[in-house]
Order: sequence, then C-alpha cells, then structure tokens
Amino acid sequence: MNADRLGNTQRRFMVEGLTAAALIAAPFVLPHLGAAPDTVNRILVWGMFGLGFDILFGYTGLLSFGQSALYGTGGMVSAYLLTQAGFPHVVTALVIGTVAAAIVGYLVGLVALRRTGIYFAMITVAIAEVFFFVEFNPLSRWTGGENGLPGVPAPSIYLGFATLHFRSGWKLYPFIAFLYFIGIVVALRIVRSPVGAIFRAIRENPLRAAAVGHSVHAYKLCAFVIGAAYAGLAGGLLGVMQGFMPPDAFMFDTSGQLVIQTAIGGIGTLFGPLLGAAVWLFLQDFLQATLKLGATWKLVLGLIFVLLVCFLRRGIIGGLRDLYALVFRKGSAAREEQAAAAPAATPLRTRTAAAAAPSREGAHAAGPILKAVDLNKRYGGLVANADINFTVNRGELRGIIGPNGAGKSTFFKMLTCEVPPTSGRIEFGGRDITGMSVTDVCQLGLTKSYQVNQLFNRLTARENITIAALARLRGKFRLDMMGGLWNIPGLRGQVEHTLELVNLAGRPDTPVAELAYGEKRRLEVGLALASNPSLLLLDEPLAGMSPRERVETVQLLKSIGRGRTMIIIDHDMDSLFELVERVTVLQEGRVLVEGTPDEIKSNAEVQEAYLGGVREAAA
Amino acid sequence: MITWSNFVSQLFNGLALGALLALISSGLTIIYGTLGVLNLAHGAMFMLGGYAGYLAYDRTGSFVLAVIAGALFLLVVGIVMERVIIRYFYRRPPEDQLLVTFGLSICFVEIVRFFFSSLSKTVPPPKIFAGITNLGFMFYPTYRLAVVGVVALALIALFLILYKTRLGLIVRAGIEDSVMVDSLGINVDRVFMLVFGIGAMAAGFAGVVNAPVVSLAPDMGEAILVQTFVVVVIGGVGSFPGAVLGGLIAGEIISITSMINPGYAYVMLFAAMTLVLMVRPHGLLGVKGRE
Repeated sequence: MNADRLGNTQRRFMVEGLTAAALIAAPFVLPHLGAAPDTVNRILVWGMFGLGFDILFGYTGLLSFGQSALYGTGGMVSAYLLTQAGFPHVVTALVIGTVAAAIVGYLVGLVALRRTGIYFAMITVAIAEVFFFVEFNPLSRWTGGENGLPGVPAPSIYLGFATLHFRSGWKLYPFIAFLYFIGIVVALRIVRSPVGAIFRAIRENPLRAAAVGHSVHAYKLCAFVIGAAYAGLAGGLLGVMQGFMPPDAFMFDTSGQLVIQTAIGGIGTLFGPLLGAAVWLFLQDFLQATLKLGATWKLVLGLIFVLLVCFLRRGIIGGLRDLYALVFRKGSAAREEQAAAAPAATPLRTRTAAAAAPSREGAHAAGPILKAVDLNKRYGGLVANADINFTVNRGELRGIIGPNGAGKSTFFKMLTCEVPPTSGRIEFGGRDITGMSVTDVCQLGLTKSYQVNQLFNRLTARENITIAALARLRGKFRLDMMGGLWNIPGLRGQVEHTLELVNLAGRPDTPVAELAYGEKRRLEVGLALASNPSLLLLDEPLAGMSPRERVETVQLLKSIGRGRTMIIIDHDMDSLFELVERVTVLQEGRVLVEGTPDEIKSNAEVQEAYLGGVREAAA
Repeated sequence: MITWSNFVSQLFNGLALGALLALISSGLTIIYGTLGVLNLAHGAMFMLGGYAGYLAYDRTGSFVLAVIAGALFLLVVGIVMERVIIRYFYRRPPEDQLLVTFGLSICFVEIVRFFFSSLSKTVPPPKIFAGITNLGFMFYPTYRLAVVGVVALALIALFLILYKTRLGLIVRAGIEDSVMVDSLGINVDRVFMLVFGIGAMAAGFAGVVNAPVVSLAPDMGEAILVQTFVVVVIGGVGSFPGAVLGGLIAGEIISITSMINPGYAYVMLFAAMTLVLMVRPHGLLGVKGRE
C-alpha cells in the first residue's frame, strides 16, 4: 500500500506535467490536424467552465442546471468593467468577475442548497431562468440586453521591458492556455485535499458524512462557490476571446451544453468537460459542414447523449479507465483475494493493537458520561419511548436488549440526536446535548455504528475510514483546500490503527462494493471508531452475520471495548452477555430492568416479559 | 396605465395560466412521487402535445379530435418512453435519470424542429369558443374562459383517478412508501407504466388546450418546465393538492407582475419560491421525507 501511495505522488506530478506538455504542444500539432485556433480556445474556455462543474457534480454529486447564471454573471461583470467602466486591465477585470460570480454563487447556493436531490436540480433550473430574464430586462442598461456588450479588449501584459499582446487566435491561445493550466492545478489540489475527500463522501452518502462529524451543508456550499468561481472566470474569458460578451451565455442551453459535455467526456475526471467540449465542437462541425445535416445535428447529438447515458454512463474517460482496468488489473485482483484470506488468521495482532488504543479522554475518570432524563418519543399516537431514565458511566460496557419494537433503535437515534425527543433531556459529558445536530454531537465524541450499513460505497475501505478520521482531526468544517490530505498530522496513524482494529488492514484498498458482508459490517464499526469517540454506540453489530463471523466479531468488539465506553444493542443474547458488564432491558418503550448479565438472566420479570415464550416452550 | 378592468382581466389570465400549470405540474408530481423520476422532458411533452394537436387539426379541422389526438399521442409516448428507457433507470442514481430525461427532451425538441421547422404554428380556437364574452363588467376572450373550464374538468378527472380508483390508491400509497407497496405483492411494474403514461398525457392535454392561446414553437416547453418546477417546489413534491395550489399561485404571480412590468415576472416567481423555501422547506402542502 505504501508503494501505491508513492505511485500516487509520482502520478500527481505526471498529470500536471502532461497537461503542461499538451498545452505547449497544441499550437504546434493541432493546426496540422485542421483545428482552428478559435475552436481550440473555445474548448479551453468550456474546459475551464467544466472544471468547477465537475467538482460540483462529479465529486460532490450536486447536479446543477444553473451554471449558466454564474458563467453569465462573471462574463458580464468582466465585460462591463472593460467596456463601460473604462477598466484598463483585462486580468484584474477577470479576477473581479470571478470574485463576483463566487459571491453570487454563495448567495444562490444559500437558496438552492436549502433542499437536496431533486429539489436542488429544480431550483437551479429556476435560478438559471431568473438570471436570464434579469439580464435581459431589469439590468439591460448595464448588460446591453439582447445586444450584449461588444468591444471587450484583448489582454496585454506589460513586462517592464516589453508588452505582450494576446490579440486573437493562436496569439490569444497562450493566455487562455496558461489560465487553464492554473485552473487545472488548483482543481487537482482541491480534489486531493481533505476537502476533496469530504466532497466525495458527500456524493456517496451525505447522511453518513454528517453523522461522522462533517458539516455537510457548509461543504456543499463550498463546492457550489468553487463551481461558481470557475464559471465566472470562464465567462470572463468568453468575452475576452470573442471581443464581445454575448447575452446567450445566460441561456439555459449553456447549462445544458455544459452538462452534456461533462457527461460525454466523463464525470468526476476533471478533464471530462474539456474532452466533451472537443467532441461537441468536432461533431457540430462534422455533422453540419461535412454531412450537411444543418440544424439536425443537434438531434444526432441528443441521440448520442441518450445512448451514452444509457450504456456508457461514465463517459469517454470513464470508459477508457474501465477498459484499462479490465485488461491490466486481472493480476492485482488475484493478489487482493490472497490478502483477503489472510486477516481471519490474525486476531491476536488485533488484540495487541487494541490494548494500545488511546481513548480520547481519560476513560477511567469516574462518573457518568451519558445521562438521559425522562426521555419520551412519540410518533403521532405511537409511543416509541416513554420516561426513560438512563445513565452510563465512563469506561462502562453496557448492553441493551428488548424484543422487536421495544424502542431500542429509536432510543439510540435520540442519543445521537438523529431524531429529537418529544420531551426529556440528554446530557453527554456533563453537557446538555438535547436538540443539537448529529454532526455536533459526533464532534463532541458521541457516535454510532448503524444497524443497516451506511458506508461510502464507491470509496475504498481506507478512504472510508479516512473520512471519519478527518472529522476528528479537522473539526466539522475547515477550508484547507490547498493542503495535501496526508499532511494532516496523525491522520495516517489513526487510519492504519483503525483498519487494524477492525481487521481490515489486509485489504484497505478494496472498494466497499467488493467487500464481503462481514467485512462491510466491520467497516461500519470502523467508521464509528475512526473518530475515536469517548462514547460509542453499536446498533446490532452482529446483525445478519454467520455463526463464525459472530464469534470473530465478538472477539473484535471485546478488544475494541478495552478502555472505551460503549453501549451495544443486539438480539444475540449469549454474545451480548459475554461482552457487556451491565444490561438494560427495554420493553414497549420503557426501561423494564437494569442489572448485570447474571441478574438479568435470573430476573423473573425479564423471563416473564422477554424470555417467557422460551420458558413455556421448554416446559 | 393599470385600470380596474385591466387588473381583473389579468386575474383571469392568471387563473387560466394557473389552471394549466396545475395540470402540467400534477403530471410531473405524480410521476416523481410514484416512480421517483424527475422528468426533465415534461416541458417537451407539453410541446409535443401542442404539435400533435396542430397536426390533427390540420388534417381533420376538428378541434375536439385535436385534443383527443394530443392527449392520446402523449399517453403512447409516455408509455413507450417508460418501457424502452425509463424503467431501466429506477435503480440508477437520480442524476442519471435527470441526464437521460434531459437528453430525451433535446431529442423531442429537435425532432419537432426537423419536421415542423422553427417557425411558429398556430391553432385557431374552436368556433363555439371564438370571439369574446361580455362578463358584465368587462370583455374577455371566450376561449380563455373555456380553457379554465376544460382544465378544471381535467383536474377533476385526475382527482377522481387518484382518489377514487384502485390505481389511484396504489399511486398515493406509492408516494408515501414505495417499498411497502412493492412488498404488498402489487404489480408495480404495470402501475409505473400507467402512471408515466397518465402524467405525460396530462402535459400533452395541456399542450393542446393551450395551443390556441399561444403560438407553437419547438422550444416552448422550456419555459413551462421551469414554471412547473417552481410550482412543485411551492406546492410540495408528490402532492396533488399542492400542485393545484402552487399552479394557481404561480399563474397569478406571473400575470399580475406582467401587468406592471413583464421583465420582473420571473423575479417575483423566484422570490415567492425562495420565500416558501425559507418558511416551509417542504412546500406549502408537502410532507417531510417525500423526496
């Protein structure tokens, strides 16, 4: 795995290097292939526009149909400064346009991100349309209305001894290519930063990303602003390239074209939009001019796009990657399987690793860590929990049992603040946490592993754990977009340690989708563990496991439990009684009784209410 | 100058537009609520309905036949689209559904452009509804009054389907909890097909009925799609009453703002949507957890 990481570092410089080489070579090679300089410049502008969109859609999973609003805003602000306001510096105007688009993007994001999924898409469509109308009517005095803003000057840069003029065509190319290069370098850094990792986690599973302690809303807004800034810069470049800022930059079609180009080239690849734009412009030219299809070319394009979404959903680059993986990764897959067989044989190593587990706060400081007072939860007329009083001390291992429908999971959801109690109070570490968000509670050190796996499915086991560890090491929101992921002190140690703890160190680079069920279950526990919580809740950690997996997992939980405070719900009573020191029995939403496993086993009330059926059957 | 009768006639225009938006949005919202697919081709379907009606009218000269043809054509388009493409997307991420329906909307628009060119087409209103009616306090185009009536009938028909039939019961249950409906042993497959067809038919029907009011153009569906989205956001996803209420609100906002300054119609519409999102994020009649 270390070799792989080194490989990544090498590849990292390779991507930037290859991009620079390709950009430098383009004006010498492309003319021979019949490419017009204006087309090449246009592809670069679309590519720049797409960098931000790909971070927003491909990495964060937010499909916006409103990017035209930001593209137009950046373009119009830059063009207005250069044509109407008599601003002399093209570069400064571009920067101001970019900043303006980012600010507008922030405001638009505040509205659009109030809702997720389908709502988000609909709201962005509406926003794009509003901007189009605003540009055309109320603001036409500044934007030129349907005439646009003509006369945008070409950039020239004074170097002290000479002035560089980037007029048009291949002369303008170096200017745009240089900015694109900066754009791609920045985008690559963002994608490789901790923020980029969290973007991907949000794409895969926003609920879990919030539950492990990341402020999902703030990160989404951040992705939206990044997308807006790139859109604004691209819009400004459009005006500079054409010498004219066209009003149709604001049209919904612009957003649509961006979406299609990105999907054609490959979503989540950064270079996809650039490639997609090249394909689009080539097809347009080829179908219109060579095949004489006229306006029908868009129909052909529409059909190609539909087929692509149906059969090659990851676009050209994604398709090539899959093909490459199919041909060259056969060998490494076999190696992974070998590695997969190994971990079952190493429980001992795990146990020693766990012994050194540093729990966040002095775990053995006495006194209660969690207190629930008169907790009630009602769903309409249904009483899920009633008058629960519950206290867990530091360092304690507590089990909760109860028949199906006893309100165990609801109780857990209230403790982690996933659902608010109807009445009552929850104190954690002496602090009232009632009504706080899951994210904040996780940041305080209380987290849960879920009854049904909530993983980041397209990420590897190590990446999953990393996401959770990041929340602990960085807090719920931080904008270290330019920092390297592995430069965060303590991250690597925490991740490797957690992987060993849950026995996944043998195959850390396997995507979740390829893990066996038992492994996924352990990763689920690992996600909760990675944030090194001072109180860990486990909701049915043994659910759905085979008898052999159960035995292994009980060993695992024992080793994890050393020096920690945990509350475990499970139906497997033999395993649970072996694990915990005290047991709370819930029945019909109320606490029936509390005691040591032996007390519970011999308690008549429990036998009557909970094990009654068993006794009768035996008799 | 804003006069009293001008204002009232705009209120009526708003009602006509609102009723139309209500019908189109109902189609969109029951498709989304039941199937979980946001159909970005819904506006293009509205446009297709208009053109199908135009073609039928052109051949037969009968407006009634045009309406029937437009509605039935879209029922067929909807069912074919669901069988051939959409049903393979239920298990794929929502983004893919958006992308594929967006691609289909482009295809619909370009096919129409190919056969009918970009020049706009008109369908005259049927003879009995031609001219203007004296309402006592003002004169108003008869056909627009008829639109309100016809669309209201269509909404009632949709209401009856949703609330009085077995299919409607399944659809409403599916909107609340599709997993549960699936596990009750109901043939969801056929229901999905029918729902998509009916939703498309609602858009197509609205397209024909609206044809005499506007002139037809291949890209007319885009603006309607945007308005429909705002309606659904205001009313609440998956809510039939919400679509009707949202439609009427949006129709009146557009009409009344247009009277003062048409340039601000969308701004006001958007402001209303933002307000609803701030105060009631799930829409006026929406229920939490439906998206």
